[in-house]
Order: sequence, then C-alpha cells, then structure tokens
Amino acid sequence: MASIAIENVVKTYAGGNTAVHGVSIDIKDGEFIVLVGPSGCGKSTLLRMVAGLESISGGDVRIGDRKVNDLDPADRDIAMVFQNYALYPHMTVRENLAYGLKNRKTPKAEIEARVAEAARMLEIGQYLDRKPRALSGGQRQRVAMGRAIVRKPAAFLFDEPLSNLDAKLRVTMRAEIRKLQKRLGTTSIYVTHDQLEAMTLADRLVVLNAGRIEQIGAPLEIYHKPASTFVASFIGSPAMNLVDARVEGGMLWFGGVSVPLAGAQGPVTLGLRAEDLRLAAPGEAAVQLRIEHVEELGAQRLVHGMVEDQSLTIALSPDIPLTDTLPIALPRERLHLFDAVSGKRIETRVPAFA
Amino acid sequence: MHRTRPFDHLILIIGAALLVLPVVVAFMTSTYTAAQIHTGGLQILPGGNFTETYSKVLTQKGGFTGQITGARMLMNSMILGIGFALGKIVLSMMAAYAIVYFRFRFATIMFWVIFTTLLLPLEVRIMPSYGVMSQLGLLNSYTGLIVPLLASATGTFYFRQFFKSIPDELLEAARIDGAGPFKFLIDVIVPLSKTMIAAIFIIMFVYGWNQYLWPMLMTTDESFFTLMRGIKSILQVWIGSQIPDYNEAFALAVLAIIPPVAVVVIFQRWFIKGLTESDK
Repeated sequence: MASIAIENVVKTYAGGNTAVHGVSIDIKDGEFIVLVGPSGCGKSTLLRMVAGLESISGGDVRIGDRKVNDLDPADRDIAMVFQNYALYPHMTVRENLAYGLKNRKTPKAEIEARVAEAARMLEIGQYLDRKPRALSGGQRQRVAMGRAIVRKPAAFLFDEPLSNLDAKLRVTMRAEIRKLQKRLGTTSIYVTHDQLEAMTLADRLVVLNAGRIEQIGAPLEIYHKPASTFVASFIGSPAMNLVDARVEGGMLWFGGVSVPLAGAQGPVTLGLRAEDLRLAAPGEAAVQLRIEHVEELGAQRLVHGMVEDQSLTIALSPDIPLTDTLPIALPRERLHLFDAVSGKRIETRVPAFA
Repeated sequence: MHRTRPFDHLILIIGAALLVLPVVVAFMTSTYTAAQIHTGGLQILPGGNFTETYSKVLTQKGGFTGQITGARMLMNSMILGIGFALGKIVLSMMAAYAIVYFRFRFATIMFWVIFTTLLLPLEVRIMPSYGVMSQLGLLNSYTGLIVPLLASATGTFYFRQFFKSIPDELLEAARIDGAGPFKFLIDVIVPLSKTMIAAIFIIMFVYGWNQYLWPMLMTTDESFFTLMRGIKSILQVWIGSQIPDYNEAFALAVLAIIPPVAVVVIFQRWFIKGLTESDK
C-alpha cells in the first residue's frame, strides 16, 4: 500500500521522439486511477515507466516515499497485469502464481497459503494444476490477476487487461476488478482506451492526448465539465456533438436560435451531449434537425441529422414518432462552450432570468 | 476429405519399398560369410551367419593395431554425435539469447557475421582448424573432435527466430516477478524451447554422426576411430588374395544406421507433441 507520485515525467525515445511530455499525477494511497486516451497517446508508456519496463527520460516516479527511477521492476514493489496475460505457458497455474514469490525466496508454507488465498478470492481453485492453455480467456485473466495479488504489492498496474476478452466477459471482469481493488485497497493504475471501462472503474480519470494530460478528475466531473473539445469528444457515448456557434452581445447563436449566455464573445465551439438534447415543446425556440439516419439501440434510438450544415446526434426515446425534421430544444443548463481555436473550455454562466 | 484409393496405396507401397530395399539388402547380405558374398553377390534372403558376423564386428579386436572393436567405434560415434549435438544446442542457444535479449553495440552486425559463416562450410576452414587443434595438442582427443565443430550459425539462427516469437510480455512479467537474465533463461526460455531443442538435436546428431572428413583428419589413434572410418578401413584390407570382409562392412553400416534412426523416432514424438500442444 502506498501513494504514487509521478512528477514531470518525460519519455523521449532514442530517435528523438517524445512520447510523454512532462506528466504529473499524484495518486493517493488506495486510489484507482485510470489512464485513458486514444492509441499513441502515451498512456502505456507512462504505465511502463512506473513499472520500470521503460527508462524514465526526465522527472521522477515515487512509490511510497521511495524514488524508483533507477530501480529494477522487481524491486519497485509493484505487480502488473498484461493485455495478453503473459502467463508462463509451461507452468501450471499454481506455479505461475508462485513464481514471483519463489524468486523472492518466500518460505514454502507462506507461498502455499498465499496461492490458496488468491485462488479462493478469484475462484480458480479447481484449475490450480492445469496449464494456462487449458483455460479460457477469462480464467487466464483471473490467473494473471492472481499472480499480481499473491505478491501483495504496493501497487497494481493494469495494461489494457480486458481487451482480449469478449464484450460480455469484459463487463463481468470489470466489476470483479473493481470489487477486488476495493477489497484489497491496493493503489492501482489502469490503462485503457475504452472510455466506458475508464468511467466505470476509476476513482479518478486521467485523460491523455499526444503525451500530455488533458484533464484529471472524477469520472462524473469529467463527463459534466470536460476541459477541452478532446475530452468532450472522447468521454461519453455517443460522442458529444461539437458544433460551431457564435456568442454576440450576451446571446449564443446556433441554428437560428439564441440563448442568453455570459462569459464569452465571438465564434465558439458549442458542445451538446446527445442525451441532453430533447424535443422542443410546441412554441418553444428550437433548431430544426433534418434526420439522415437512425440507429436503434433498443432502450433508446440515436438520431443522426443536420442542423443547417452541421451534423448533430440526439438520443431519443423509441416512443417518439419520427418525422423528416425534428424541433430540438437547446438544454440551457447543459451547454458546453469551448474556445474555437484552442479547444479549451470556456466557463460560462446562464443568466438567471430569461 | 480426399478418399484414399487403392492406387494411391500402390504408389506409396512402391515408394516405400524402393527406399527400404537397399537397407534390407545390406542387412541380409551381412548375414552371409565374406566368401559367399564374393561368389554370390548381394543377397535378399537371410543367410545363416548373423550371430557370427555381428558378434565378430562388435567384439573382435581389429584394425592395424588390433586394439579396436566395433563396440568401441560405436561408442566413439555416440560420443561425437551426442557431444556435437548437445554442444551445438547449448552454444547456439546462448548466442541467440544474447543476440535477442541483450542490447549491446553491433548486435545486429554480430548476428549477420555469425550468419554469413553459413556460407563457409567446414571444408573451407579445415586447414586452419586443424592447425589450431594441433598446436593446442588436441589431436586424438574427444575435445579436438567435437569443439571445432560446435559453432553453429544454423542453430543460432533457428533459436534466434524462435526467441523472437516469444512474446515480450513474458520477459516483462518475469522481470516483475524478479527473475534475472539467468533465471529467465533456465525457468522460461529453456522449457519453452523444448520442441526447438528436439528438432535441432535430430538434425545435429545425424550431422555429427555422419562426420567423416574431420574425424579422419583429427584422429590417427585407432581408439578414437568412429564407425564411419571403421567401415572404410574394413574395405581397405584388400591386399593380395585376401577377400574384403564385405559382411562386416555391411554389418557395421547397418549398426551405423540404428542410432540416428532411434534419435529421429524418439525425438520426433516429442517434436510433434510439442507442436500440437503449443499455446495458440
């Protein structure tokens, strides 16, 4: 159990490519941190630097109160779960679990006790004498987690552990990882490109883009207040609608409709979540959405269409009858404004009146 | 599925018979006496001299010094074949391990230098090799027989390709599990390479067993003669009116076939088992 401090960490490869630009994250003891971002954003590199599998080009990584920059992975008191499980194929499950402990010269009785405990926790007791190839993907992933648990490390590092599983199993394993982490209270860093996984698992999310942190925060905080257009489009499904709009004289103009708004001026990017948009009541000011195609999801339907020349997606209840054009009301409390050039969030106020 | 028809079988049977026939003839002929062979030629039916020929070949002291038996030559060949195969495997595995898992300057160049030696067969470097061995005083010794043949570009190449196919995560998991380079080699790489080792053992054992030129140069002492030389030396006694011991030559040839065949049969089973059991 320990906190992890990542201070201005930089990764520059031999060719001069910089994958991670001065990232700092303070991870509290027992916290579940998820690093999320598109492929190539440096999230795996960052994790591997914490693990000691990549050298650190600049900055410090501290686990507990130890600076671990130059320590071997084995001496950092961490355990890692890999995407392809990385179980030793020639060893039985039991040997796989025990290998790390054996290398640390843990007494035999202690190894047995810990393996038994992990096996009970993960319900893999009946597979202990099988080889990994005789196990299904989900079972292998449990063994991989077991290998991390038996070590009782200061931190768990997960590198996209669920990517190789099918969708259904992913949901169950997700819940199990979460439960397990809460129960053990071990500080965890989890890397994924799946925003849903990130939202459901994290105590705090770190959204990375091109080697830089876009935003750090609790999942809901990020969902409700994305710091940039990048975060806005990455977190949430379907992706947030980002459309061009103008603010003039305290009024936001979009699609021929205006909403009173303070705190911005000139052209802006307006962010609208599909699930925040609703049909306008008769007589209410509304933008006209020309429907182009509809995705039926069962519980809701996603209607894709155009407002003037900008595309917009809206989530509607399947009960609402569809016509060629729908009047859509803008949710005045749920407008996200971003700078049209930098894409950074603009804090706005909706005037109380009007 | 293709249905096997009688005609297919016929072709297979003819092919198999064609390949086995010389071995059968050699074995059958070896069960006659030298005089019978000299007058009657090659034989396809068993003769009555089996025990005499084989016990003579295996136990009778022969050669110029009268000191060497067939059994001794068999042992020498075994030592050469096994020492050669094991040595090559150990050496080329370590070379490939270094090339694949350690970052050092010129690693790629090193590999290609090793690889180009494939283009230089033993015969090309046989004089310098002989010179070195003779100066080291290793003529007429097992060390001298085996060591100069150990460096193997083929083995290094096969192991390198195999190690490259082992996922990096395994190495990373082992590093996190606290296994150093040596432990990783022994605990992970070697067990995973079992099938590869079996395959290379087959190839190298047969190659070493069949060595002729190098043992002939290296050994003048008859107690180091291998089977291959023994066969030859039996036929060399054609002096005056003496009839060469054809039956003994054939018997030695038959004996010489057995170990490589055994090695292939035994290791092939492991080899196939390894292939079919492999993970994904």
